[in-house]
Amino acid sequence: MTFGLRTRLVVAFALVGVLAAMAVAGGMYLKARSVILQQAQDAAVLALTDGVNGIVPVGALPLTARQLEQIASGLSDRDDSAVAVYGDLSAGGLPLSVVTPELREAVRGGHVAWQRVSAGGVTQLVSGTRTAVPGLEVYALRSLEPAAASISALATIAWLYGAAALVVAFALALLAARSVLRPVRELDDAARRMGSGDLESRLDVRGADELAGLAVTFNHTADALGRHVDDLRRMEADARRFVADVSHELRTPLAAMTAVADVLDEEDLTTDGAQAARIVGQETRNLTRLVNDLMEISRFDSGAAALVLDDVDVSAAARASLRARGWLDSVETDLPTGVVARLDPRRLDVVLANLVGNAVRHGDSPVTVALRAEPGWIVVTVADRGPGLPPEVLPQVFDRFYKADSARARSTGSGLGLAIARENARLHGGTLVAENRPDGGALFTLRLPNAGGDR
Amino acid sequence: MSRVLLIEDDHAVRDGLRLALTRQGHVVDAVETGEEGLERLASSEVLVLDLMLPGIDGFEVCRRVRAAGDLPIIMLTARDDDMDVVAGLEAGADDYVVKPVRPRVLEARIRAVLRRGAAGEARSGPERHGALTIDRVGLVVSKDGTPVALAPTELRLLLELSGTPGRVLSRQQLLESVWDHGYLGDSRIVDACVQRLRSKIEDDSAAPVYVQTLRGFGYRFGPL
Repeated sequence: MTFGLRTRLVVAFALVGVLAAMAVAGGMYLKARSVILQQAQDAAVLALTDGVNGIVPVGALPLTARQLEQIASGLSDRDDSAVAVYGDLSAGGLPLSVVTPELREAVRGGHVAWQRVSAGGVTQLVSGTRTAVPGLEVYALRSLEPAAASISALATIAWLYGAAALVVAFALALLAARSVLRPVRELDDAARRMGSGDLESRLDVRGADELAGLAVTFNHTADALGRHVDDLRRMEADARRFVADVSHELRTPLAAMTAVADVLDEEDLTTDGAQAARIVGQETRNLTRLVNDLMEISRFDSGAAALVLDDVDVSAAARASLRARGWLDSVETDLPTGVVARLDPRRLDVVLANLVGNAVRHGDSPVTVALRAEPGWIVVTVADRGPGLPPEVLPQVFDRFYKADSARARSTGSGLGLAIARENARLHGGTLVAENRPDGGALFTLRLPNAGGDR
Repeated sequence: MSRVLLIEDDHAVRDGLRLALTRQGHVVDAVETGEEGLERLASSEVLVLDLMLPGIDGFEVCRRVRAAGDLPIIMLTARDDDMDVVAGLEAGADDYVVKPVRPRVLEARIRAVLRRGAAGEARSGPERHGALTIDRVGLVVSKDGTPVALAPTELRLLLELSGTPGRVLSRQQLLESVWDHGYLGDSRIVDACVQRLRSKIEDDSAAPVYVQTLRGFGYRFGPL
């Protein structure tokens, strides 16, 4: 499971803040605690030894219980209770049971010794020492409660500061996350806009940090990308314009050649010259068709192609297309009358001429042209009984200059016919698809929108 | 057959078309510029006009020819941009062909714009339709007793429509009967001709009485 950048930043900041606060406050607490306790202990021990030095009487030994009592009471005051021990005798306000054997052992060994004991939840210090009187030990108990209270206050303050540090760290983390994440989000937005085609998308550069550097890099990259795209577009536009210009330039000489090509055909001669003239005449017409098709394609490419819409009786228009090319007798038709659609009759004629022309040339008869009206659409199908299209050819059959068999001799078409047919269908907002019939032969289906419906 | 005035600046195209049209029996007067052509309108029956000309261009020639009389005009253009076609038709051209054009196509268009008379039988005597008098035999149209000068295609369009008053004819039907274009024609030719006809016979072209539009269907003569 992964967390967002914001979550990770906040957690990291909080951890750092808490750890730092804990380290500082904890270290200070421990040190202060030991210093405070040490001072309290030192004070207690000092009070005991001072008391012992001042109070111990010089008299006959052994000491009596009463003397011990006096010594103990001399050592006792508001803070302390004491006990004096001499041999088996002991006297004073402090029960001897509080003094552990280890402590007594240390005191008998000649040390000034002390030990912390906890009685009733209160930390107290038992300190003991030998005295100038041989065999006399004195012990005093002093509460460390004031010191413990100071330490506890310290701990509370440490906790408070830790909590405050956590809150501040949290707030800082959010701020930092925002200041980091806002440029990141802006970068994300800008990149997204660019991805969706807005190459003008740029970032505002604020400050001079790494994110500002990233923004600068992004802008430079976007500039470079924009330049490349512009270059590519310009090159593509140049290429398209070149095709259009070449086609256009070819038209004027072709216009002159076409004007006289028919004259060559009319020469009723059998000489080589006449044969040559006929070839020139035929190829002039082929070249004219190629140039016209190139012009047509370049108009589609440049977006200059426009529909000239009219209300067209589709069956009559289809018959006229077939009749104009002498196909009306050789092609089977299923063209119900009364289907009227708003379309460009010239472009419908272009599509039909290409589809039927292909079927007549490459398929076997009978070629069938059928029309049907569907809600919102007219559908024209052109089917033949030939071998159909090889499956690998189907996806490319509408490509420009695509020839199903590269070894095949140049056909009479320009190689642009089906590409133009499909562009015409698209210009109408329709579709043209090629498929093979289950029972053999190719089937082209032209669907054109007919908003008006049939009347 | 006919006296054709050809205005075309490219000499090869000019020579080629002159040769082809001459072989089809026309008397061809081929000139290079619009200025030269405008001087020879009187001796011509039909004008074949290139749109791209040095000096005054084809559109301007079109307008001046229309202002001077009713010589049928066929635009000849290497550019079949829609804008050019529309501009040419608005300037007064009766029809257009796109270069390169086969001579037999041009020949058919020339014949069509020059064809006189209308489909159907010529009835005896002039017909009266409101203020309009149509003489199908004499091919004279007059309004309020004043003859109206109509170009051949305008006259044929009027005769075609008025031959069946009240019946709607689609643009494609009119292209077939008036322009011989069959079903493959450009309906804007009809619209441009209807506009010119209306400007001559209607009191108010914006509210036509004689040639009425039925949106989505076509045109209809009357009812008055």
